[in-house]
Amino acid sequence: MSHLAEAKEPNPEFTRKVIEQGGKTVNLCFQCGTCTGSCPSGRQTAFRVRKVVRRAQLGFEEDVLPSEDLWLCTTCFTCYERCPRGVEIVDIIMALRNMAVRKGYMAEPHRKVAELISKTGHMVSLRDEDKALRKKLGLQETPPTVLSDAKMLEAVKKITELCGFDKLVASGGK
Amino acid sequence: MAKYAFFLGCIMPLRYPGIESSTREVMNSLGVELVDIQGASCCPAPGVTRSFDQNYWMTVAARNLALAEKMGMDIITICNGCFDTLFEVAHKLNHDPELRKKINKTLRDAAGIEYNGTVNVRHFVELLYRDVGLEAIRSKVKGGKNLKAAVHYGCHFLKPSNIKKIDDAERPHVFDDIVEAAGMTSVAYKDKGMCCGAGGGVRARTPDVALKMTKENLTNMSAAGVDVIVDCCPFCHLQYDVGQVQLKDLQQKIPVLHLSQLLGLAFGLERDKLGLEVHQVKVNL
Repeated sequence: MSHLAEAKEPNPEFTRKVIEQGGKTVNLCFQCGTCTGSCPSGRQTAFRVRKVVRRAQLGFEEDVLPSEDLWLCTTCFTCYERCPRGVEIVDIIMALRNMAVRKGYMAEPHRKVAELISKTGHMVSLRDEDKALRKKLGLQETPPTVLSDAKMLEAVKKITELCGFDKLVASGGK
Repeated sequence: MAKYAFFLGCIMPLRYPGIESSTREVMNSLGVELVDIQGASCCPAPGVTRSFDQNYWMTVAARNLALAEKMGMDIITICNGCFDTLFEVAHKLNHDPELRKKINKTLRDAAGIEYNGTVNVRHFVELLYRDVGLEAIRSKVKGGKNLKAAVHYGCHFLKPSNIKKIDDAERPHVFDDIVEAAGMTSVAYKDKGMCCGAGGGVRARTPDVALKMTKENLTNMSAAGVDVIVDCCPFCHLQYDVGQVQLKDLQQKIPVLHLSQLLGLAFGLERDKLGLEVHQVKVNL
């Protein structure tokens, strides 16, 4: 009996949050493992999608949010396509990731990409060598995006501010 | 001539501008007019942005959709990542007036625009197949080589298929058909359809894990004896191209072309319009 006495209690409150943030199909999962069997990332690592969904279903917040596994999903949608229960697995992972970063589980390489988007409107930088090649190819040296229009970039930065994304990124979620 | 708002994204214009020049030339020769969206931003990238904040992800995407809407045009993209974000957000906003209202409040306050839910988002491979047609592609081919191609669909061109409705996600054919219409042979290989490894923020956070997936794909492609990898996404393109340099123990390297560059070769475009010199794996095709 002792192992039963130690079993964790489900936390429906957390499961409800997952559902609200886009994981509305989480309770349909019956743990068949088709997702894990289809996962290209799980072939290379100990990441098991089925377990992530189970933890979300039971509301095991402390197991799922700090977990590195949450970030090994490439969002390839293979599990989503093959799930016999129609569980929208990528949407569940996205809901969990949104919650994880707000608990401070934000990897520095990701934080840097997010910062670049929020400051420049693009996820990669424009370097001199890029301009030179663009010119050689007959393209506008600076692409006709927010990179060539300061006013348009301001609009994107304002969205960043109004959504609180700048603060989230600057603080690392802590 | 059909006109589309050309969404540039980030990796194409800033890392592989040859994909941009090839796309402009090839689409023009097929009678598709591409019009720049002045002041567009990152789609924004689904891997990191959506993972961090789905509301921000939708709002920035909605601004890009609103810019195209103002031009009165549907969007065309040559990137699976941009397609994923823009298609999914358009799908949500075009069908959900309540959500649109909420997102529009921020858009109005920040950018003085709003999105009315009228834009369709097209991926150029799907547009080539459905609107331009294989016959028109065949008619543009000027001699050229019959290369054995490993076609890599990537993940977000077809999936999630319940909303994208382009082709069978398990056994697709539209991309292969275009490659064959261009005079190449699309070769079957093991686990075709597997992710390149880069998506979902995995390349940025755990590059070693991403490369393991890339290597498995490369091993399967090599075993099939292909001459070239053909992709329809600059991020998969980067992962295969840079990845082959990062994977130090590969027996053989396979050149990587975006479909726009492959069509450029097949149509006899000037080689220096293809921007192949920035490719890490030398392209001698």
